[in-house]
Amino acid sequence: MKELIVLMISAILVDNIVLSQFNGICPFLGVSKKVKNAIGMGIAVIFVMVCATAVTFPVYKFLLVPMEVEYLKTIAFILIIALFVQLVEIALKKVLPPLYKALGVYLPLITTNCAVLGVTITNIDEEYGFITSLTNALGTGLAFTLALLLFSGVRTRIEHADIPETFKGVPATLIAASIVSISFMGFSGL
Amino acid sequence: MSNFKELTKGIIKENPTLVTLLGMCPTLAVTVSASNAIGMGVATTFVLLGSNIVISLLKNVIPKAVRLPSYIVIIAGFVTAIELLLKAYIPSLHSALGIFLPLITVNCIILGRAEVFASKNKLLPSICDAIGMGIGFTLALFIMGSIRELFGAGQWFGFQVIPEAVPPMSVFIMPAGGFFVLGCVIAAVNKLANRKPPQEMGCSGCPNAKNCSKANCGEKSEGGNA
Repeated sequence: MKELIVLMISAILVDNIVLSQFNGICPFLGVSKKVKNAIGMGIAVIFVMVCATAVTFPVYKFLLVPMEVEYLKTIAFILIIALFVQLVEIALKKVLPPLYKALGVYLPLITTNCAVLGVTITNIDEEYGFITSLTNALGTGLAFTLALLLFSGVRTRIEHADIPETFKGVPATLIAASIVSISFMGFSGL
Repeated sequence: MSNFKELTKGIIKENPTLVTLLGMCPTLAVTVSASNAIGMGVATTFVLLGSNIVISLLKNVIPKAVRLPSYIVIIAGFVTAIELLLKAYIPSLHSALGIFLPLITVNCIILGRAEVFASKNKLLPSICDAIGMGIGFTLALFIMGSIRELFGAGQWFGFQVIPEAVPPMSVFIMPAGGFFVLGCVIAAVNKLANRKPPQEMGCSGCPNAKNCSKANCGEKSEGGNA
């Protein structure tokens, strides 16, 4: 239990998936303009990440390993994630329309979010067990949400800042991300 | 002549990293040294070339409804190939690129070129497009990698350039430095090209642009990099 808590904290703060591992930069910069959108995207990512791990782990252990085709994991995992995102979209639409309304627009974006594929592959590479993998996926999802949420707060401030013409727009956003990332460096001693 | 134009547009005018802002994750992550940057650039170019060729040849065979999953499978196939090749022949690069090698699969540049270009054009232009975009991506990575390695470690391709007596600014090879250098490089490119910097993340080349506009990329991309 203790290891799981440590893993969770290190995934959220020390090895933050966005700010120190550079996974999922596109949604981090693309969907962080408003706090509301950041939360929606974050919840959708947590959900897909945990579920995708729950599916890819048994597939790897009970399908790819016995057939000795471990090298196919990239193909298998991305297909599972793409398929899964589609299924979730259809299921949510039917079963929980209000939730679909809130999260639906973010779901298609997640297929090409490299954080999801990254987590499932890391779990296999690090040889985590099933429960550890799920914890890691949950922690990483929370880390993604935290980074997105913090950054969306910072960005609403940049809007009104007086910055040189050449740096307006994306360059200023990236430099703000750099400062947020520096603040997370403080956790690296934990 | 037009093929030549397809080749050169990716290098400067439509540089995938610095102008259309695609494929940010590898750009930031692997550019801690110039040699890693080149390795990543060449690996991505290989996948881009392979997938563009196959998709361009199969464009009439793949049903429209399942085209994105089909493209992803083709791309993932080439990624697996380059992963195995690197593991066998350049194991040091394989371990340096780590998780970002399998993640080439979800690099928006590749899926973006497949959707925007290869699925609509003949074989030869698609090959030129892939090579041009690959060179542009590699060049951007190389610039980033050189700056970060020079300032962050005082080295270039592993050779000591700045005397060791000068302490390197190691923040440059840390994650924060990646964001900072990329921001400055994009600003510098815009200054040199004498145009306004892109206001928001590019969605033009992204295969999910249509879905994305429902979220909030749409409102940005209008004012963005037209």
